[in-house]
Amino acid sequence: MPGTLLELLANAAIPLQLTLKVALTATAGACALGVGAGYALSRRGLPGREVLDSLCTLPLVLPPTVIGYYLLVAFGRRSALGRWLDETFDVSLVFTWQGAAVAACVVAFPLVCKAARTAFEGVDQGLENAARTLGACEGRVFLRVSLPLAWRGIVAGTMLALARAMGEFGATLMLAGNLPGRTQTLSLAVYEAVQAGRDDEATFLVILTSLLCVTLLLASGKLLGRKIS
Amino acid sequence: MTLELDITKTLCGGGRTFSLRARLRARGRSTVLFGPSGSGKTVTLRAVAGLLTPDSGRIELDGEVLFDSAARIDRPARARGVGYVFQDYALFPHLTVAENVGFGLGGGLFGGLGAAARRRVAELLDLAGIAELAGSRPGRLSGGQRQRVALMRALARQPRVLLLDEPFAALDPLLRRRMRQEVRAICQSVGAPTVLITHDPDDVLEFGGTVALYETGAIREVAEFPDGPEGGAPARDMLLAAHFGAYNEERTGKPRPGDSQSCDTQ
Repeated sequence: MPGTLLELLANAAIPLQLTLKVALTATAGACALGVGAGYALSRRGLPGREVLDSLCTLPLVLPPTVIGYYLLVAFGRRSALGRWLDETFDVSLVFTWQGAAVAACVVAFPLVCKAARTAFEGVDQGLENAARTLGACEGRVFLRVSLPLAWRGIVAGTMLALARAMGEFGATLMLAGNLPGRTQTLSLAVYEAVQAGRDDEATFLVILTSLLCVTLLLASGKLLGRKIS
Repeated sequence: MTLELDITKTLCGGGRTFSLRARLRARGRSTVLFGPSGSGKTVTLRAVAGLLTPDSGRIELDGEVLFDSAARIDRPARARGVGYVFQDYALFPHLTVAENVGFGLGGGLFGGLGAAARRRVAELLDLAGIAELAGSRPGRLSGGQRQRVALMRALARQPRVLLLDEPFAALDPLLRRRMRQEVRAICQSVGAPTVLITHDPDDVLEFGGTVALYETGAIREVAEFPDGPEGGAPARDMLLAAHFGAYNEERTGKPRPGDSQSCDTQ
């Protein structure tokens, strides 16, 4: 029995490592893009604000396979964008871990964007105005006032995005496929183990994934529970 | 200090509209805009600070044009050299007292303070008698302490004029008297001219100077008195007489629009 456990652990190591790499890369991208978009959407002067907001929410409501198909069309070898990436950076997003990260990033982006917009809208405009009368340019107002005060909401959104990116399945499968050792993340490995009737392996992977998610939730709860007075 | 303004602004919100037509020429160390809530005093002050764009008109401070709708001049708030003490003080809750006061002295995007700026912050905190609070956060301060921090933060950049929005309204009566004298003394000692808005005749008594009486979206009367308490008494008497004269007129005439919420957030 201990022998099989070690074996299962060894088999899970590669998808686990890949999942973390893909999810962390995707979350970093989603966080940067989401904070920027959320801040822009929180400004009342932005023209077409609600239309843009709907566009940013779209990945949340579209089926992941549909998103995956869009990405495949956009970044595939036959698209101009895909060819350009291939020729300039020698990077292909189809059947690679980078592709899995892009898919997870797109799916996780609305979670950061929504949370960031709400957080920025909750920042007292009087404080931003006070900074302006004290000679601060808009960049300084953002970095020294808006961002620190919206921080908690953004972290909460980022944690959700990380959890979403770790569990990404549909869009990843469409764009990056299910190649063991290259693009097979935990959620894809679970699917394959069940399909192949390897129940022990599936059970192990499911427990591993659940533990990972619970740890993540506890960590984010702890982080957010800390008061900044 | 000389301040010349002639602006119009219409705000709408909550199904009501409010129009302001303000015309004022003020010189000297002290100006008081006096009138009831919702008469347009704060709109005027925010327009001077650049926090709100008038629909039309012109604002000139010490001979420099800050806003001119005809010439399409609208200097951004950060470049107007104007200090603003907000009614709720608007202290940054995530920064310490020293960081709040030094906020306007830091350059760059993140703005660390140099040695000279840190010395200046220490001087300002000393002047306001709050040196021991340097490391505290605003959430832990009393009303009077918050006001001192807000005042010193606005004065740190040596503004050409200090705008005070109902600075004493939120304080309890005993503290209000003391802060009134203290604020005026500090502004005098650093040589900062003030434009103060209030609906409290006792503020007029302390500050004196040029006084403008606001009535429902317009300046009804402007009069010049000596700065400080010596001009304060006649200024207050004039204002009260004019105000109650208007009040009696209004009781028999048209209703007065109350506080109007802004739909223009500039």
